[in-house]
Amino acid sequence: MSNGMSLSRRRLLASGAAAGALGLSGIGLPAFAQSSGVGSSGINWRKYAGTKIEVNLIKSPRGETLTKYQKEFEELTGITVVSEQTPEQQQRQKAVIELTSGRPSFDVVHISYHVQKRQFEKGKWLADLTPFIKDPALTDAGFLDDFSEAGVTFARSPEGGIGALPFSVDYWIVYWNKDLFAKKNLSFPKTFDEMVAAAAALTDPSSQTYGFVARGMKNANTPVWTSLLLGYDQYSVDANRNLLTDTPEAIEAAKLYQTLMTKSAPPGVTGFNWAECQSAFLQGRVGMWFDGVGFAPPLEDPEKSRVVGKVGYGLMPKGPKAHAAATTGDGIGVTAASKNKEAAYLYCQWATGKLMGARLLQAGAGVPFRNSVLSDAEVRKGVKMPAAWVDAVVESAKISRLALPVIIPVTEFRDVLGGALTNMISGSDPAAELKRATADFKPILERSEKT
Amino acid sequence: MSILTSSGRVAGAASVGRTKRLRPSYWPFVVPALIVVVGVIVFPWVFTLWMSAMEWRIGEEQRFVGLQNYVRLATDVRFLEAMAHTLVYTALSVVAPLVLGTAAALAFNTKLPARGLLRGIFVMPMMATPVAIALVWTMMFHPQLGVLNYLLSQIGIGPLQWVYHPSTVILSLVLVETWQWTPLVMLIVLGGLASLPTEPYESAQIDGATAWQRFRYLTLPMIKPFLMVAVIIRSIDALKSFDILYTITQGGPGTASETINLYLYSVAFTYYDVGYGSAIAVVFFVLIILLSLVLLHLRQRSAWNSGDGK
Repeated sequence: MSNGMSLSRRRLLASGAAAGALGLSGIGLPAFAQSSGVGSSGINWRKYAGTKIEVNLIKSPRGETLTKYQKEFEELTGITVVSEQTPEQQQRQKAVIELTSGRPSFDVVHISYHVQKRQFEKGKWLADLTPFIKDPALTDAGFLDDFSEAGVTFARSPEGGIGALPFSVDYWIVYWNKDLFAKKNLSFPKTFDEMVAAAAALTDPSSQTYGFVARGMKNANTPVWTSLLLGYDQYSVDANRNLLTDTPEAIEAAKLYQTLMTKSAPPGVTGFNWAECQSAFLQGRVGMWFDGVGFAPPLEDPEKSRVVGKVGYGLMPKGPKAHAAATTGDGIGVTAASKNKEAAYLYCQWATGKLMGARLLQAGAGVPFRNSVLSDAEVRKGVKMPAAWVDAVVESAKISRLALPVIIPVTEFRDVLGGALTNMISGSDPAAELKRATADFKPILERSEKT
Repeated sequence: MSILTSSGRVAGAASVGRTKRLRPSYWPFVVPALIVVVGVIVFPWVFTLWMSAMEWRIGEEQRFVGLQNYVRLATDVRFLEAMAHTLVYTALSVVAPLVLGTAAALAFNTKLPARGLLRGIFVMPMMATPVAIALVWTMMFHPQLGVLNYLLSQIGIGPLQWVYHPSTVILSLVLVETWQWTPLVMLIVLGGLASLPTEPYESAQIDGATAWQRFRYLTLPMIKPFLMVAVIIRSIDALKSFDILYTITQGGPGTASETINLYLYSVAFTYYDVGYGSAIAVVFFVLIILLSLVLLHLRQRSAWNSGDGK
């Protein structure tokens, strides 16, 4: 554990000295017991001792962090945890199939808000956590106040209930190669126009150097375009679930995507997912890489990267009408079918607590939705990533907007629109492609909302 | 093939049609196999047929829609493209290993130095795990960092975009399939070559036949049954191919390499539209049955034993 982590832990331990007075220190209460919510803790963590819960996690650095510290939760609460980590795609399939059956094998489920939120809401698969949040024996007052607006938006259902608690957020930022920029005497772009100009200036195919890279592969590429669309002050689907994917703004964003990907990106970018983009950037041959904030650790790893110490972490440049950082995120919730909802809720609260958020941030495993963690100077000291990365995270949080529409068929949305975007890289007309893709997807969206 | 009749006599295959009913005392021996067949083959297929007649999305209510899913298939451009990709990919993945495998078998059938060692090295790709192979080839195909473009650049060719461009993606995937499965064809054909009689070749040599004539008029007709076996095995393998395609391209760029298998997977397991996915599965099943019938017909015509063309 890093020094910063120790400092943070000491501080949190000090603030939690009152736990002894509450008679909880006798069970070796760790600091996070006081830091799970905001303010002093009145939570009776031992109330459900002896219960056994099953936890279904996505295999990721975040899932691994929870598993790593699981014993602490068991010692704190006396609750036995059986957790399972499955790769993302398979975890989603398993969760959906089991939840549909009405008798899932797990009490706690880790979900991707940006893909599954609406599906889980419509299926009524998650317990409404509002009664637990209001219960002073289970939750400190003001618990939700510490989460960013994006997190609470993700967590809240249309009926006003709280489904999965906000766990980890992913903002889209621009990774940039400071050496390549310096060679061309360029500074980091502040607007979309400057980004296009910088990408063009950095591109030199004779030396296999390219100004820009982002996902071109179908499905994976859709958030790139929807992120650009946010700069035109528009989402891809409105609040009434009407498609906005062939509007003039959508076409402008698609043209911008096409320009960047055809004039300044490496050949073959139509087949690039984030891994290929990362490989190209790690080799030091790409000026800017636009993707989620969670890909930083390999860039600063000397064993994997040729750009250690040369990477800048930039906020998404400002669009013609808005300045927005596209946001995706994970949540962790209690299944509606669980027979151990309170114990499962305690696990969720522990998982989304401040200390766990600090652990994620410091290890570069993820970014918590909690504002207090991001702004905590002690926590920041222990972060392994450069300060510019943390700054990009903090600044992105201020202009955060959801990257993908909150609809059931998110995967089909990404496939259909993503196919159109891939065709654009191969030279198709953006307006025609978006019109066709919108017509193709419209019946799918309408069918999904039929009860 | 022999079967035991109710009278206790052993009858040849020709008498199958005249077989009387099994004695009731024999039924207990049949029942376990029957349960397994019904449970793992018949029931899933009947259930799939039933699901294909439903609008059935996981997590939503189901309703009977009759043939609507099949009508939707007929106008689904993505499905029709996937079918075309499947047929092209299968045809190329059968023909290329067949030609190269036969050539390799002919080469290994001669008295090459270190023939055993070379043969052992040649069959190694076949032993590797497809997903591992696919991951290695993905790296090799990379336009900037891949070794293939590096090698081509040494002779002034390229860079090519391989699996990263719609026009070259299927050919590149066939290259992987060919690399892995040419050894299998080679082994099958080599077995055939080893069983050929020497007399026809001696006669042909006395008659002054060239090497090409000996291959065209002697070897090829005699190994035809073995080639048919190779075609059947390769066709089934290529049709059901999923791992290599999914790992390398996931059907991309766009949908340029999306086969029926990949589309079926997307529909059923990422869109959770199991009703429509079942309709795709049924159509795919019919396609496989038709292809199998054609291949079995050709296989029977290739006259395994007699070589007389009947």
